[in-house]
Amino acid sequence: MLYLPHTSEDIASMLQVVGVDDLDGLFSIVPEDCRCKGDLNLPEQLSEWELNDHMEALSHSMAVSPEYRVFAGAGSYEHFIPASVSYLLGRSEFVTSYTPYQPEMSQGTLQAIYEYQTLAARLLGMEIATASHYDGATALAESLLMAIRVTRRKKVATSSLIHPLYRQVVKTYFEPTGYEVVELGYLKNGVTDLAELDDMDDLAAVAVQSPNFFGCIENLQAVGEKAHDKEALFIASFTEALAYGLLKNPGSQGGDIACGEGQSLGIPRSFGGPALGMLASTKKFMRSLPGRLVGQTKDLDGKRGFVLTLATREQHIRREKATSNICTNNSLCALAAAMYMASVGGTGIRELARLNHDKAEYLKKELKKAGFTITFDSPTFNEFVVEFPDGFEATYERLLEKKIVPGISLAPYYPELANHYLLCVTETMSRDDMDALVREVKS
Amino acid sequence: MKESVGTTGLILNESLLWEKGKKGRCGFSLPRRDVESCPLDQELTGKGPDFPDLSEVDVVRHYTRLSQWNFGVDTGMYPLGSCTMKYSPKTNGRQASLPGFATAHPLLPASLSQGALKMMFELEQYLAEITGMDATTLQPAAGAHGELTGILLIYAFHKKKGAQRSKIIVPDTAHGTNPASVALCGYRPVLVRSNKQGILSVEAVAEVMDEDTAGIMVTNPNTLGLFEENSQKIAEIVHAKGGLVYCDGANMNAVMGIVQMGKIGVDVMHLNLHKTFSTPHGGGGPGSGPVCVKSELEPFLPVPRVIEENGRYVLAEDYPESVGKVAAFHGSFGVMIKAYSYIRTMGPKNLKKASQLAVLNANYIKERLKGTLHLAYDRPCMHECVFSDEHQKAGKVTTLDMAKRLMDYGFHPPTVYFPLVVDGAIMVEPTETESKEEIDQFIEAFKAIVNEARQDPDRLHDAPKRCKVKRLDEVAAARKPCLAG
Amino acid sequence: MKEISELNLPDDIRYAEDHEWARLEGDKLRVGLDDYAQDQLGDIVFVELPQVGDTFKQGQEFATVESVKAVCECYLPVGGQIIAVNTALEESPELVNKSPYGDGWFVEVNPSDLSEMDALMTNEACLEKLKGAE
Repeated sequence: MLYLPHTSEDIASMLQVVGVDDLDGLFSIVPEDCRCKGDLNLPEQLSEWELNDHMEALSHSMAVSPEYRVFAGAGSYEHFIPASVSYLLGRSEFVTSYTPYQPEMSQGTLQAIYEYQTLAARLLGMEIATASHYDGATALAESLLMAIRVTRRKKVATSSLIHPLYRQVVKTYFEPTGYEVVELGYLKNGVTDLAELDDMDDLAAVAVQSPNFFGCIENLQAVGEKAHDKEALFIASFTEALAYGLLKNPGSQGGDIACGEGQSLGIPRSFGGPALGMLASTKKFMRSLPGRLVGQTKDLDGKRGFVLTLATREQHIRREKATSNICTNNSLCALAAAMYMASVGGTGIRELARLNHDKAEYLKKELKKAGFTITFDSPTFNEFVVEFPDGFEATYERLLEKKIVPGISLAPYYPELANHYLLCVTETMSRDDMDALVREVKS
Repeated sequence: MKESVGTTGLILNESLLWEKGKKGRCGFSLPRRDVESCPLDQELTGKGPDFPDLSEVDVVRHYTRLSQWNFGVDTGMYPLGSCTMKYSPKTNGRQASLPGFATAHPLLPASLSQGALKMMFELEQYLAEITGMDATTLQPAAGAHGELTGILLIYAFHKKKGAQRSKIIVPDTAHGTNPASVALCGYRPVLVRSNKQGILSVEAVAEVMDEDTAGIMVTNPNTLGLFEENSQKIAEIVHAKGGLVYCDGANMNAVMGIVQMGKIGVDVMHLNLHKTFSTPHGGGGPGSGPVCVKSELEPFLPVPRVIEENGRYVLAEDYPESVGKVAAFHGSFGVMIKAYSYIRTMGPKNLKKASQLAVLNANYIKERLKGTLHLAYDRPCMHECVFSDEHQKAGKVTTLDMAKRLMDYGFHPPTVYFPLVVDGAIMVEPTETESKEEIDQFIEAFKAIVNEARQDPDRLHDAPKRCKVKRLDEVAAARKPCLAG
Repeated sequence: MKEISELNLPDDIRYAEDHEWARLEGDKLRVGLDDYAQDQLGDIVFVELPQVGDTFKQGQEFATVESVKAVCECYLPVGGQIIAVNTALEESPELVNKSPYGDGWFVEVNPSDLSEMDALMTNEACLEKLKGAE
């Protein structure tokens, strides 16, 4: 076997040192009635080449570009990833190391994560960011729990235009805690109804996503003011991190915590994971943050270096009193995001974000021209909601056969929005792709 | 002793990203603009993030240099106890990067994602078989996330029975994630001490188990590298009072094909695909922490679940008793592919052999180093063994000093100061992918270090000397945190 | 770490089981962490103190002290209301190491029942206890 280096001589001489007769003898300490009878019922081993064939066959059944044109976003976005990012990310010194518990041997990971924290904080306009979380949904759940710890209140308000799957995750996390989640409805123009906050008291946090699930840009400043009037924390959630290349960032709008999904920053969609949970806050809440943090320090010679720090918040020290049970971060995904942000740069990210916005505006305009209704008139970034006529399901199926995925249906998440679809356009879609979509939905 | 692998090479300095670059550079090929500009209302737009502008060469050199300051399994032996730093086969990464998998949107209709769903369906079954359980969810993104999911399942189970309980038993050898996960679900962890042999005794559990206790969380093999021999009897006691048994499967690498936890009373357990199933650790993630359950907990598993209908795979949502969702989409799909590939290329016989050799390697190290270092529990171990600095303390040399000195010899140090039940613990987990020669060299290095500890302790106090940096001031880092530049 | 004989345990204060100390100053109490505890913890990096006006019963947790890799909860040796906190510890937590009975004090308390002092140990009793535990 490729990955098992022991020869039979090695095994024999090692067994002798250990003082047992055979490999089974190593397990004498496991009571007889705990041991398996017979072999595991698993498929026989494949050679590397057989595995290649098998996996390629499986992967070919997937609908992906360039064969398919997928106009779906909803928390998972198709963006170009430079070859340099994928290449650097493959360096095995990064890939095959573990949590940098021994800083002298892990300065590569540590400096890279420190740089990620910095770029993430700059993108979101916050003072500090964590070393990353599992995904945008769990980052939101952790942020809400953090607000509850900080304010010692037991109720949070979340916008109904936060990604529905994120809200499900929050509900699951909250179920055994006894904490209450109240949902804010939405207005006709596709943004959160903040007036509902007026009658609410004792809120730990108000959480709003922008751009929201309908793609509409929320008035974050107004949310922040309302939240702070109630002495609640303002949590800005997001699913499309690239939007902050163009939009006002959460920090500038009074955000206390910004959290969301960073997959857009150089991470392949990979059927939804691994992803990048981003979580940033003001310095004031530094010691209440969940998850890992890397900090700058000096070595014995006074040379700059980096370490994991403020570890007393974490489970391996504080155990049941920790700020979270989280142990791992999604380090390699954070590294990909840092490489991507460094590659795009300040000038590049702005142009790239503009391009996303402008392309989506083009499709919006063309769909309008073709007679479809753009449901909400609030400004959007790279996603928007379209209402198609009754019976569109058949058209949808026909488009799938033509290798076009015309967005995702909103009906499962918002039953009142039957026939409404969420469409996404990024820089990866050409004008021709969009024209083809319009042509097909019209016919 | 063979020539030490530790040496100094030319290590280049590299500044921080924002100390480099010049305004106007770009390391990204911006796509063609084929639509007209359509500016957003200025009320909505900001200044844009203050990122440095770098060329592709700037970025490539930067990260190449950074990578050279890192040590990975591909660099050398990384015997970090409880972390199972085994070699990550390269073919697994290849499969995960196939465009059909890597670029797939998670909300594609099932008809357009059969390959992904089939892989997930099969992986769930393989993991259930390996653990002897009935069903699996792949949604949790890491071990601790699996624990949270598992405890949520236990919570849902008791809630359905109509009588919620308030406590969960956690042994003193547990990972910190265990009590933290328990607390996150509103339960109070009840500490139970391991006995003189380093394992749980039936009596200790019987004493605390009552009808207000939702269950027990046991790591098996435990963090001392010992098999919990009484696990079956303990499960009987817990079950008799209506509780459930959670197994933290972090150390499953010791017993694949040897013990099926489902057959010895475990009701729910998580696996770490990044430990047992060889997926790379990535500098601390992403991981994947699938949870396997017995049939009585299956109705509560997260949704959606992959099911097979007439040879087609679909995502089913209709499980009214489900705890809901623990991740936005399906979990760490890319990691699952690597673990799936590993299981397929190993096959049942090699998985068992991997466990046997992991246990052989650990026992071999234990036998050969126990005259040199104090061995906390002198009995047959599983995949890891725990020493301490007991013999070196008098000479004012600590576990930390020896760990740092190992770096100069070209090895990543073992896990230190954990588990907490052993003062100054040194927890060595070689894994099965280290050869006898490599292990012999590690043993010789440790012996040489212990020798130095006697003759020249300052050499240890000043270690490491051959890394990019010397010992770092963690006190200053925590007193005046600087978390962003 | 210090040998027991090296510990500084002044005789003008009383000691609690968990190594908090209390000193009567007029009708108020000053409270801190003793030399043994600061030495065991090592370099202290952060002290979390209560707010002025908070009240605690005797033995209730009122502060936490952190070193790089440990957290220690502190319990108020005598119940009462917090009337002052040592804000200097925010910037300079190392004062607890340097001067545990002086500049490194934690809080001042308006005691609700001074007789609770009787339950605390003298420096001699504290020393005996430490020797016994050795």
